[in-house]
Amino acid sequence: MANESETVSRRDLLSLVGSVAGSAAMYQAMTSLGFASETNYKGPIKLAGDTKGASVLVLGAGLAGMTAALELRAAGYKVQVLEFNTRPGGRNWSLRGGDSFTELGGATQTCGFEDGLYLNPGPWRIPYHHRALLDYCKRLGVALEPFIQLNHNALLHASTAFGGRPQRIRDIKTDFQGHVSELLAKTTQQGRLDEAVSTEDKEILLQALRSWGALDKNYAYQANLISADYRGYAKDPGGGLGAAPVAGEPIGLSDILKSRLWRYLQNFALHQFQTTMFQPVGGMDMIGKAFGREVGDLIRYDAKVTRIQQNDDGVTVTYVNSKTRSAPQIAKADWCVCTIPLSILSQIPIDVGPRMKAAIDAVPYASAVKIGLQFKRRFWEEDEAIYGGISYTDLPIRQISYPSSGFNRSGRGVLLGAYLYEGANAYEFTSMAPADRIARAVEFGSRIHPQYGAEFENGMAVAWHRVPFTLGCAGSWSEKTRAEHYDNLCQIDGRIVLAGEHASYIPAWQEGAILSALDAITRLHERVVRN
Amino acid sequence: MPLRLIEPARWMTAGLMVMSLASSAAHADEEARSRPLASLSTGFRFTEQTGEDLFASACQGCHMPDGHGATGAGTYPSLSKDGNLEAGGYPVSVIVRGQKAMPPVGAMMSDDQVAAVVNYLRTHFGNQYNDAVTADDVKRVRP
Repeated sequence: MANESETVSRRDLLSLVGSVAGSAAMYQAMTSLGFASETNYKGPIKLAGDTKGASVLVLGAGLAGMTAALELRAAGYKVQVLEFNTRPGGRNWSLRGGDSFTELGGATQTCGFEDGLYLNPGPWRIPYHHRALLDYCKRLGVALEPFIQLNHNALLHASTAFGGRPQRIRDIKTDFQGHVSELLAKTTQQGRLDEAVSTEDKEILLQALRSWGALDKNYAYQANLISADYRGYAKDPGGGLGAAPVAGEPIGLSDILKSRLWRYLQNFALHQFQTTMFQPVGGMDMIGKAFGREVGDLIRYDAKVTRIQQNDDGVTVTYVNSKTRSAPQIAKADWCVCTIPLSILSQIPIDVGPRMKAAIDAVPYASAVKIGLQFKRRFWEEDEAIYGGISYTDLPIRQISYPSSGFNRSGRGVLLGAYLYEGANAYEFTSMAPADRIARAVEFGSRIHPQYGAEFENGMAVAWHRVPFTLGCAGSWSEKTRAEHYDNLCQIDGRIVLAGEHASYIPAWQEGAILSALDAITRLHERVVRN
Repeated sequence: MPLRLIEPARWMTAGLMVMSLASSAAHADEEARSRPLASLSTGFRFTEQTGEDLFASACQGCHMPDGHGATGAGTYPSLSKDGNLEAGGYPVSVIVRGQKAMPPVGAMMSDDQVAAVVNYLRTHFGNQYNDAVTADDVKRVRP
């Protein structure tokens, strides 16, 4: 669920660090904030050695919990899993026609999407470098397809720039790059970079700027068929008479700078959003369902954990039925892998030392809202030639993501009509009734796509602070809380070890949940074998 | 229903939308209690100024429009007749510093805004603590 929020965010801070201090400083800052970390997946886990008949109780059947359950059982442990929901997957979740969802506060939405259409309220895209998640998809037979992150023909929109008219990403990207190249070429030619660039490199730099910036032979960026080769044409080349292409007029540098539309370009450059990205065919929950097929026989659903105790002999977990609030029941095991989100775990009495308890209590949970909207036809494709990808806006909805499947079909489509992550608007949308969130998403979206008015049919709005099984989107670490608490959160405490995206440096990503689980059970297993 | 919070002009062309929204069925009581905002914030920070508006934009997402909180796998505590609000410094501290999973929403508010929402909480939802906190009280607690 990590997201390119366009407010005063960590990423704005990162841009600033990048522009002022250079990329090395930026990488360092990104790593410390937990954004740039590469996966450290080294292939399928091997838990060799005698498990001595030990048992493990896993709390939570999200991707972290089911990864732990699958691998621990394969290693020979007796495994049982307790899960609050009636389904496997946790935040790995998709909503389809006929599904109903009741949020905290009691509002129930019933999904009216046509068969085959869906919304992923949680995670929705998989970077190519999330190797652990990709490997589990392969092992569990989850079919993938490309997720389109960058579509040059999608839109960038600033409500106060260009008369509120959205601009094509290819225009902003090409024109910004062209103008900057022209400036740099002029400066280079004037000899003002002579101290920084050798005579030999100067010539190469000029060639490079001409190529990279679509400059003409005089190193100027302007309306011609060179720039049109990149930004597209005012009149596209055709066939037969009158078919000659006509170049469009570039947008002026000052207009681009003042519009602030340049800031969205980082959403296509950041490592975590680079192509190739993937999504499971048919919905993100295909992954949770695939795990469920493997370990479903171990899972007790509708189990709300109310207490976690441990002593020298083992772990005892008390739970009630999350629907009927039955009399408390007990589950026992030698060890416990707890993947309950910290937003909930911090409220459950748990026998762990003060350092782990302080870590559990130290992590705020982010606010995020996603809204899926069904339309009578795929007007973004039919009218605007936008096939997948994401349009970004400074309106509260922040982005509109077009479906990365079902291209060029007639009939209905569902797009992601809003994805708010942190900032005041995310809280404001959470505070609305679901129908009001949808109404607002339609109202704002129609400023970018006027077709909304005639084509909108129905929607689903999920505000993560109102989701009963997480009470928030994901753990929100700061540099300071990581330094103080992260290691204490991940250490084994007696017979209990925690796992989940909150116990990773890839927060809010499924990869973080899986890597955290693999690390936790590796250390747990070492302890079992050693004892 | 949602109609009342949208400027009518934008909805003139959207009659069909309104019907569809009605059928997408949020709980009726919830809608009645939910007091929608006339306008939304324009940046990272909250632009609402009154305690009532700030409650409706920041707090009620979790603590609910009636302040009673909610329970799922975990609980959002009720703020109704809440003895924890007796000392004004406590809610100020929770709002600007956060507590457990609760984010420090006061980071998106000025000192005056935090004071306003605290004073609203302490005089509504069955709470009657009339010793108002000030912006200076908030300033002193900022991390």
